[in-house]
Formats: sequence, C-alpha cells, structure tokens
Amino acid sequence: MGVFVGKHTRAIVQGITGGQGSFHTRLMLHYGTQIVAGTSPMKGGTQVHGVPVYDTVEEAASKHRANASIIFVPAPFAADAAFEAVEAGLKTIVIITEHIPVKDAIQVMARAKQAQVTVIGPNTPGIIAPNECKLGIMPAHVFKRGCVGVASRSGTLTYEIATGLSVSGLGQSTCIGLGGDQIVGLSFVDVLKEFERDKQTKAVALIGEIGGNLEELAAEYIAKEGYTKPVAAFIAGRTAPPGKRMGHAGAIIMGRTGTADSKIEAFKKAGVDVAEKPRDVARLLAERLKKKSISTRCKSEK
Amino acid sequence: MRLQKLKLHEHEAKTIFEKYDIPTPRGKLTTSSTLVKEVTAKLGVPTVVKAQILVSGRGKAGGILFANSPEEAENAAKRLLGSEIKGVKVKEVLVEEKIAAKKELYLGITTDRAKCSYVAIASSEGGMDIEEVAVTMPKRIVKVFIDSTYGFRLYHAHQIARKLGYMGSQMRDLATIFLKLYKIAMDYDAELIEINPLIETVEGKFVAADSRILIDDNALYRHPEYKERLIPEEDTELSAQEVEAQKTGLAYVKLDGNIGIIGNGAGLVMATLDAVQFYGGRPANFLDVGGGASSDMMASALNIVLSDPKVEVVFINILGGITRCDEVAKGILEAKKRVGFAKPIVIRLVGTNEEEGRRILTEAGIHFLDSMEEAAVKAVEIAKTGG
Repeated sequence: MGVFVGKHTRAIVQGITGGQGSFHTRLMLHYGTQIVAGTSPMKGGTQVHGVPVYDTVEEAASKHRANASIIFVPAPFAADAAFEAVEAGLKTIVIITEHIPVKDAIQVMARAKQAQVTVIGPNTPGIIAPNECKLGIMPAHVFKRGCVGVASRSGTLTYEIATGLSVSGLGQSTCIGLGGDQIVGLSFVDVLKEFERDKQTKAVALIGEIGGNLEELAAEYIAKEGYTKPVAAFIAGRTAPPGKRMGHAGAIIMGRTGTADSKIEAFKKAGVDVAEKPRDVARLLAERLKKKSISTRCKSEK
Repeated sequence: MRLQKLKLHEHEAKTIFEKYDIPTPRGKLTTSSTLVKEVTAKLGVPTVVKAQILVSGRGKAGGILFANSPEEAENAAKRLLGSEIKGVKVKEVLVEEKIAAKKELYLGITTDRAKCSYVAIASSEGGMDIEEVAVTMPKRIVKVFIDSTYGFRLYHAHQIARKLGYMGSQMRDLATIFLKLYKIAMDYDAELIEINPLIETVEGKFVAADSRILIDDNALYRHPEYKERLIPEEDTELSAQEVEAQKTGLAYVKLDGNIGIIGNGAGLVMATLDAVQFYGGRPANFLDVGGGASSDMMASALNIVLSDPKVEVVFINILGGITRCDEVAKGILEAKKRVGFAKPIVIRLVGTNEEEGRRILTEAGIHFLDSMEEAAVKAVEIAKTGG
C-alpha cells in the first residue's frame, strides 16, 4: 500500500468538466484509480467519462463514500474548492491548480491542519502509488512499482529521476510532488515520516531545488532522528545565479539562505548521498541498499 | 509564469501609507529639477532626492542624494533625472524633508514556507544593511509567526515593540504602525511589505522613510489597478529577451554563457543548466516553456533564445508529461521556417508521443538524442569548437 493513497482511495475530481479535469479523469480511470464522482457547480446530473457529476462536494462525497479529492478548478476558485473538500470530510486533497494567491494558500493550509487533512500541492503533478492509485497528472509510463519513496518539489525532474529508478529495477513505492509554490501542504519532513513507517519503502529519494529551507529542515530531521532508511537527494539549481527567479515561485535565492550549496552541505552532513546528475540517484540508492544487504524486491499485493 | 514580482515604486507605497495614516516624510514626486529646488525651499533644508526606480540596492548605487540648499537639491535632481542607475533610466524623483534620526528601525511582513504562514519581522538595526544584520546578528531580529485564523493582533505588535525596547506611548505608536502595515499586506495581497528604515525621530515619533511592497502577482486579478504594470518596459533591469519572454508568457532568465537552453519544467531546466556546467559549458539562459506547451510556444521560445547574439548552440531538453513531443517537434519545425537555424541545435526528446515527435524531426533531417547527459556533452562540445 502506498502512503497517503492506495487501492482504498476513493477520489472525487473537483472541476471535472473543465479541459484539464476531464482529460486527466480519463487517464486516472485508465490507470485504475477509483474516481467515484466529480463536481462542477451547475453541471450536476451530467457525466464525464461515465463518472457522475454533482454540484457540491457534500453530495458527491456522501453518495459515493469518497475519502480523497483532486482539484483542477481555476486559481481564483481553488481555495474555495479546498475548503469545501475539507468540510465534506475528505482526508487527502491534491491541488493541481497553479497560480493560487499566497494569501489563499496560507488559509487553506491552516484550515487543513486544524481538520487533520493532508494537502498535496498546490502546483503539483500529484501523487502516484504505482499499480494502485494515480491521483495526478504525471505520465504513468515512467513509474514502476518498487521500493523507493520519492518526494519532489519539481514535476518533469521527478519524471526524469523516476525513469532512472524504473530502468534500474528499483521502482517506486509512492511518488509525491510536494508542489512548486512557496506555500505547500507537505514538507520533506512530513513525507520522510510516512516513508519511515511504510513497509514497502526501502529507501527514499528527495528531489529539491534552490530557495526556501525545506531541504535543510529535512537534513536536520534525518540527522536528529537517526533515520533508518537510506536517503539520496538531488538539488536542482546548483549553478543558478543568486537573486534570479528560475520560473517556479519556489525557486528564488534570497541572500545566502536557500542556495544549493547550503542544501547539499546540510544533506551530506546528515549522511544523505547527494547526486550530481539526476540519473545518479538510482545508482546511489542501489549501492546503499546493496551495502546494507537490503532486498529491493517488493511483494506485489494482488 | 512570470519572472518578476510586481514591485511598487517608493512613492506608490507612500501613497498607500498615507491612506492608512502611517506617517511619511513631507515631499513631492516630480520630473522637474526646478520644482525640486522650489520644494526644498518650501520644506526647508536638508532634503533628500530619491530616484524612483525599481532596482535593488538603490542607495548604494547612488540613487539617493542629500541636499543642504535648494540649489544643491536642484543639482542632485539634475544629476539623477535622465541618468541610468544599474541600467535603468531615472524618469522621476521624490524630494522629501530629511528626517533627523535618533534610530533607524526595520518592520516587515512576509511569508514563511516552513510554517506556511505570514511572519512579522522587526529589528532595531534598520537601514541599508538589514540583510547583513539577519546573518551576523540574528538575535537583533524579532519574529512573530501569524496564525491565519486570528491574524496579527495588537498584543503581537506590543510584544514586538517591547522587544525593541519601547514603552508607553512610543510602544503604542510603533504597534499601531505595525498593525496598519499588516492590514495593507492583507488588503493588497503583498508577499512582502517593508518599512526600512522606520525612523525614530529625535522627538520620539516614528516616520516611514522608505518602503518596499511586492504584490503577489497571482493575486492581481483582485487588484486590477496594477494589472497593466505586468509588462515593464524600459524601467526594469530586464534584457530584450526577458521582456519578450514575459509578453509570450515564457519563463526566461538571461545568463552570460553561450549555450542557449530550453526545457519544460523549472526543475528540469535548472538541472539542465547544472548538467551543462558540470560538463564544462556555460548556459546563456534559463527558459522554461512550462507544462503542455503548444508548438507555437515552442517556436517563440526558440526565437527568443536564437535572438541572443551570444548563443552559439541551443540545447532543447524535453521530457514529455503533459507536454507532447509531437507538439514540441512541430514547434521546432515552425521556428525553423520562421527564423531558420543559423546555429546548431541539440535536441533531447523523450516522453508522451515521442515516436511521433521523433518521426517529425527525422523527416525534417533534425537529429535528436535519448539522454540528458549525452545531449549536454554534445552541446558543450559544439559550443567549445564553435560549431
């Protein structure tokens, strides 16, 4: 079973009638994800790819015993959508939407924390537990069921590293996109805790980038708690000049904090292997697992 | 995706402060040095003449001048108006009374990623070197994390004022200013709002001498009055390519090497820059076409990168997820038709619809590679031998 999502996940799609929502509903269904309902105000009573559409999350969630949601609604309405999902009692919420105002994101996270709801994103490719559940927009073919837990702040770079893990035979237990915005629901530390408890996860890959201090906090946690599973990291933006924004709202270097050097140094001090190139992540983890004689074969749960 | 946060000019920030009754120095915004002289005569000396430009380190770059007579003020304005500071032309100056400071403080509200909240920050060591203070004397910085349900309250502001050493009516005055600053941050969706310095006058009053406000550009739909400001032209530090990219909605940052880089996804593009440097090359830019880029976007991206005369070779690194390789391939052909390939291009194309994308490129006689590392090595090699 994956962390946060798995075969038990019964998800609704908020914004199911929009272009992105409808397109990815089809792909998630095709992957085998249980998409039990969708919502779109004033479109209640219709269907999208055979999935029933409701006007409100309350109706959709109660009629279909949903426990998760994936949000595709446009940025100005995304915070409302998240509040609605929290109030309807859904426990895992993936927010795909990008460009959500910071003020809204802060309010959503506070409300979710109070209700003990897990928020993944915003501005995330989502989460995938290979062969079980894909709640996101990632290309499914790069993932393969296996033993490495992956947490990432980036989208395409995750696919790059996941491909490496798949090709090497290690595969992934669960792969989580934390989201590219400044304010996101999960930190590396939150995910590390889940992977520590998860039996299928034998090793962890953290994919970070310049800006913020989530990587430094993860390194501190790993060192302090004596993390038992091997961890490898990749940091994008080693050569980015300071003070320049590299696209993501997340990737800003402010003064001396948040630089690639500071993150790499923190990880190395904590005993985390830092990959110089994306494809090195799989090699480093395979070596560590071999040294500790940990079998990388994962029981398939059929 | 946009590259620059919406920064407000100092005078715009001060206009907002006046609306919220935060004391600011008396002064005037003008384009005329004669008027600067007149205003100085009226305000009394000394005055300060400040270039209204959106560059960081304005004071240290010579954008703030002091005057002890109306004539000096006029000369200062003449020197600033029309001059270039850090590549940005000065079109307006703000002339203000110079406030005699007993002390310079710092007040700010911004966001904290780890805590997922706003944070109020204050220091008794305000002024130009506040970043230095944060690094060398972290104890001189007071922070209060703000619970978004209850907001920043008067007692929080009192706590901060006490920690900065104030009591009585001074404590109340400082706290009131801080509360108003928070109100502005919320009302205007500011990601960062600072008063630096907040001057404590010899008489014990507080005056906001300079300010910085960055508005969250994702929230601009709530602030239509600032929307047309999104595409800054000559009054920014941006290059021609950067301005063009903003118009097209592409995330572009100019760097100083000779290998043009295009990719999809900020993380992947950054990793591509890193790989190029790892193999001894120097990237000319960062360009992220974003998720699900159309052939049209791809063509514009190539156009922008090829318009940089320093570029000797272009490295396109696409890992298709929601971006489709066939769209990318079509965009590459479109760009070839529009501008031609005067320079060699190295392409790495894998992912969604890669067979179709590769077929399109092969038919057009364009070569491509499988791995990012291989492609990076190739691009560096071409850049070194000059094609």
